[in-house]
Amino acid sequence: MNREGQDNDRKSGQFMELLSRLLMNKAAVIGLIILLVLIFCAVFADVITPYDYAAQDLKNRFVSPCYAHPFGTDNLGRDILSRVIYGARISLSVGVLSVCLSAVVGIILGAIAGFYGGAPDNLIMRVMDIFLAIPNLLLAISIAATLGNGIPNLIMAIGIGAAPTYARIVRASVLSLKEQEFVEAARAVGASDAQIIASHIIPNCLAPIIVQMTLGVASAILSTASLSFIGLGIAPPTSEWGSMLSAGRQYIRDAWYIVTFPGLAIMVTIFGLNLFGDGLRDALDPKLKN
Amino acid sequence: MLRYVGKRLLMMIPVLLGVSFVVFTMLYFTPGDPAVQILGDGASTEAIEALREEMGLNNPFWIRFLTYVKDLVIDHDMGISYSTNRPVLDEILSRFPTTIELAALSVLIATCIGIFCGIVASVRQYSIFDHLATVASMIGVSMPNFWQGLMMILLFSVYLGWLPASGFDRAICWIMPSLTIGTSTAASIMRMTRSSMLEVIRQDYIRTARAKGQSELVVIMHHALKNAIIPVLTTIGISFGRMLGGAVLTESIFAIPGLGSLIVNAIKARDYPVVQGGVLFIAFVFGFVNLAVDILYAYCDPRIKSQYAGGRKKKWKGGEQA
Repeated sequence: MNREGQDNDRKSGQFMELLSRLLMNKAAVIGLIILLVLIFCAVFADVITPYDYAAQDLKNRFVSPCYAHPFGTDNLGRDILSRVIYGARISLSVGVLSVCLSAVVGIILGAIAGFYGGAPDNLIMRVMDIFLAIPNLLLAISIAATLGNGIPNLIMAIGIGAAPTYARIVRASVLSLKEQEFVEAARAVGASDAQIIASHIIPNCLAPIIVQMTLGVASAILSTASLSFIGLGIAPPTSEWGSMLSAGRQYIRDAWYIVTFPGLAIMVTIFGLNLFGDGLRDALDPKLKN
Repeated sequence: MLRYVGKRLLMMIPVLLGVSFVVFTMLYFTPGDPAVQILGDGASTEAIEALREEMGLNNPFWIRFLTYVKDLVIDHDMGISYSTNRPVLDEILSRFPTTIELAALSVLIATCIGIFCGIVASVRQYSIFDHLATVASMIGVSMPNFWQGLMMILLFSVYLGWLPASGFDRAICWIMPSLTIGTSTAASIMRMTRSSMLEVIRQDYIRTARAKGQSELVVIMHHALKNAIIPVLTTIGISFGRMLGGAVLTESIFAIPGLGSLIVNAIKARDYPVVQGGVLFIAFVFGFVNLAVDILYAYCDPRIKSQYAGGRKKKWKGGEQA
């Protein structure tokens, strides 16, 4: 119990130190608040939205922002505020899931490349170089065009495109970690390669991965909106910020609010995630800030 | 230096082959029969089968890939557009100059704004300008460029009537698209210039330059900026490549007939050879731009340049000793 207890105490101590460093950073706190509000909106969208996001009210088309419809209504009389709130659910889930996919693929490939070196390393990293040679958005466009519309395909398209970045980060960390004494000690007590990678190496290179994942959610949300904007992501009537912008752009001359609020939602979300990601990086690696 | 350039060029060949493989594989697995797409749904089965045979669509994957690479390398053939029946490469080459001009103009604007703001923010660290520039750069990085384009149209075209909302025939038409693409890059360049300058400004040789009585302008522009610019060059180069990707959305918003709008229209028309050809072409250009940036980096940084010169010297010395 004693060893386990000490281990837990040490971990919670490190966490509290990280948290206090994070909370001292004003920008990171602002980012965190924005994120918490967005998560709240995404989770409780059914409860907090004043109208159903898909409910059409053709008598109330193009209503300017007012008390009843603070963000106005669109060309089908749907409440824009409700659609923006529901959009947080789609954007955040696609962003988080695609980042999880890319992190899992990237961590596995990066760890194998870094740990074994030689031919596996060469093969994996050259394949990663090929994917990195195509601009991110264009790679996502290509994959989405191949797979077709829909949320799972969108997650795949964005997730696969971002995996090489994680593979590179993990490989670099593994290369420095695998020579450490604790890895030798684990090998000496008979741990298998898979055990060493999973239990000793990956937990020690989590810091850069977590930072990259936070910033990665921001770019994944941007990619989701971009793909939906050109008709390759989520199709209407599902409420997604990019597809709202795409559908509303033809009415821009008469109804400014149709394109203004979904875009603001994207901007605020990415702003919050970037602030929080930068703060997290500084908190995890204070030397970097100095 | 020439050996470095040659080595980098050789290293690009497998990467470009790999990119072609990835793009071809995606095209291969794209749903729908190209023969049906070209002939239309009403075509007879015999006609479709004959076209499939003619296009080599009945061949196995590897044969088709090798034919694709051969066509690409030897005949510069990327296939035929389903919509226009014209060669894809012709379509791309007719649109590419517009895209490259737009990207170059955007880089120029972003570089001027980014470097200027970065220098002022670093020289006046913690001033109001520094705080404002930092917040503005954060917003610039967070703003989706297609939304920024729409907001600019709303403000400058719809409400103020100062700038045209679309077109590309007059110089005035280029202002909004290049600002739209350039804003996030300007933000990245500003952040990089600021942090790089802050690092350099604290060095001893800057103190020495000041002690020698050099004017502040000479110290900043000649001594500090010259040394701080190297990482900024990388940011500019990488951004140029990214802009080619970003142009996909911006061109479609401002109705600019470039490569980006060609790809977007091809997506809408399910004209997959054009989509994949466009992606492949941009990936090739992206690769060459990155190579050019690396060469420029090696050329500008005396430390990197001396590594190559030094490498030869060391080898020679080693030979002499042996």
